[in-house]
Amino acid sequence: MFRRRRTEGAPPPDAPDEPLAAQPMTVARPRREPSGMGLRGRPSGLGARLRSILGVATPAGEATWDEIEEALIGADVGPTTSLELIDAARERYRRSGGRTGDDVRRLLADEVRERLERVGSGRFELGSAPSVILFVGVNGTGKTTTIAKLAARLKAEGHSLLLAAGDTFRAAAIEQLRIWGEQVGVPVVAQRAGADPSAVAFDALTAAESRGTEVVLIDTAGRLHNKTQLMAELTKMRRVIERRLPGQPRHVLLVLDATTGQNGLAQAETFSAEAGITGIVLTKLDGTARAGVAVAIASRLGVPIVFVGVGEELDALAPFDPASYVEWLFAA
Amino acid sequence: MFESLSARLQSVTERLRGKAKITEADLDVALREIRLALLEADVNFKVVKPFVAHVRERALGSEVLTGLHPGQHVVKIVHDELVATLGGEQHVLQLAEKPSVLMLIGLQGSGKTTTAAKLAVRLRQEGRKPLLVAADVYRPAAVDQLVQLGDQIGIEVHSRPLGTPALEVARSGLEDARQRGFDLVIVDTAGRLHVDEPMMDELVRIVGVVTPAETLLVVDAMTGQEAVRVAEAFHARLPVTGLVLTKMDGDARGGAALSIRQTTGLPISFIGTGERTDGLEPFHPDRLAQRILGMGDILSLVERVQENVDQVEAERVAQRMMEARFTLEDFRSQLQQIKKMGPIGQVLQLIPGAGQMASAAQQAVDDGQLKRIEAVIDSMTTQERRRPELIKASRRRRIALGSGTSTAEVNRVLKQFGEMQRLMKQLGGRLPKLGGGLSGLFGR
Repeated sequence: MFRRRRTEGAPPPDAPDEPLAAQPMTVARPRREPSGMGLRGRPSGLGARLRSILGVATPAGEATWDEIEEALIGADVGPTTSLELIDAARERYRRSGGRTGDDVRRLLADEVRERLERVGSGRFELGSAPSVILFVGVNGTGKTTTIAKLAARLKAEGHSLLLAAGDTFRAAAIEQLRIWGEQVGVPVVAQRAGADPSAVAFDALTAAESRGTEVVLIDTAGRLHNKTQLMAELTKMRRVIERRLPGQPRHVLLVLDATTGQNGLAQAETFSAEAGITGIVLTKLDGTARAGVAVAIASRLGVPIVFVGVGEELDALAPFDPASYVEWLFAA
Repeated sequence: MFESLSARLQSVTERLRGKAKITEADLDVALREIRLALLEADVNFKVVKPFVAHVRERALGSEVLTGLHPGQHVVKIVHDELVATLGGEQHVLQLAEKPSVLMLIGLQGSGKTTTAAKLAVRLRQEGRKPLLVAADVYRPAAVDQLVQLGDQIGIEVHSRPLGTPALEVARSGLEDARQRGFDLVIVDTAGRLHVDEPMMDELVRIVGVVTPAETLLVVDAMTGQEAVRVAEAFHARLPVTGLVLTKMDGDARGGAALSIRQTTGLPISFIGTGERTDGLEPFHPDRLAQRILGMGDILSLVERVQENVDQVEAERVAQRMMEARFTLEDFRSQLQQIKKMGPIGQVLQLIPGAGQMASAAQQAVDDGQLKRIEAVIDSMTTQERRRPELIKASRRRRIALGSGTSTAEVNRVLKQFGEMQRLMKQLGGRLPKLGGGLSGLFGR
């Protein structure tokens, strides 16, 4: 009785079988300067800050390390992970006989890159068909948009695809996925608003099986990780998928907004426990956010970052590359 | 919200509380904890530094080190500084003109559309006649989303065919409101990055045409160090008048609020809690500061009770309690009243010292415990509810079957109810504390 009622009043009437209009269903945003898109177009600012702290040739003293800590915290790495990184970089500095500020910066960058690579960041394999991918995350991180982008990418690679509208809660979420499906040219399996998301997933798997579809991308409603009942709903969804197709879902991707602060750790931890996430998609990385919390997540929870979203366009999704991320993060 | 910050500060103050005298070294230990707590709460590091420095300065300048209650003194200083940072009086929306325009702006996914619906509901309660304007013309189905929300809450939504520029939608929305007698226009805009110049230009042009009386920046409470940069960028280009901090029902510590307030001077107008359209509360700096310190927030609770509880019914139940004639029917009615106040964890969070209980209670709710209790009571006959002593083995089995529970569960509900009844008899004429009867249910 105290459960969160997710709808107020009757669910809005839906029209699952209504044919989609033939004309374009979206309006493009004004195009930004090409340099504004992608990671390398704009320096993260952290490198410049480090350079001003470290200078180029002066040796690092105690006060310097404190300032580096602050710079990392300013990039959302968080106080705990920042200290860990600094301790590790100091150790390297001592052992390698580093001399200059540039050495410190390089060693710190190495430390971060290795931690990201160690957990398998940037690797994403579909494996043998069928491949079911479940998208989870808190509200407003960009799950539906990410699905559209990944669908466009996989379709271009020649895979057959199916999208499942598992966000049956948020107003017009189903329509949003339908429009994307239309635009990408990929079928969408949906039920009415308010339907059981597990049932939608089940339907999608059945449809995929009968059509011999290779990849199924399943959307879910955004949910705050501290709502236990909603997390249980996700656990159930996963269980239903596992039962219907043993060995699936192949991937459970946590969609994480790059502007998220330390709460990202709690998100990753809980979604990991309840839905068994296999990787992170970092969205909205085309702003000024440096997404240090993803470094903290990879480092402390061992979850790899697999994709990054860098814009509104369908092609604005790239595999995460630890080396270029770190280069961007620490570039002066 | 802010649980961990509260917990951290609480452990610091408890450590100090035990001491009659504290040294400067003690103070530094406390300040280190406070610094760390604020950073982990995502308060911007540029804000944390002066904050901690202020607390230290004031602590040293006062009699903290020699006074009778040094711990309490430090707490008071931290509290005062928090209030000072969160800032001044409550922001009252300036919407005197009819129609007035209120515009919502922010990054993608911060919660603008949901907030638009919540604000419409809230301002309608205050006697306004709002028109929602769907000016997010880019995100697929964003217009649909607002239209559906409008349907749910019974508020009209102005939308235009696909392809209409946002500026034109906003202009015709205002025109529509003027002609048809709406006295408030709430404009929902597309989410955009603060560094996206063409999109920022679009907002500037919309502002030029509809001249909003209030432009609220919607910020996700989970935002990290970027919050400051985002807020500063929007503030620099647009006449932002206040902030709405959303998703505060999560466990994000919400340090962004402190940071933005400190660096931009913008007031925090509302906080959004939950996806229900009534999940919007006015922001009270003093109350939030108290909540951060684990001092609870009785005023919000009182307000929420007044808004949601049927006074007549509540008084009837209270009367019966005092007369020790409290039945299972009254118990159920009490449960229903509390349900109306919203998620119980949120409610308990507001009670001083109940922070720990809040999560246990929310857990109980999420596990469906309370729902099962209600189901058990629902499956009884009126006779049984009034005279639970009638319920013997076969009735228990029937109730268990009817409620989809087990006889063990039925027994537990009856036992708990019996304890409540005994408690009320003991209380005699005194009014029981709100929710006091429920505490037994969460204590396990």
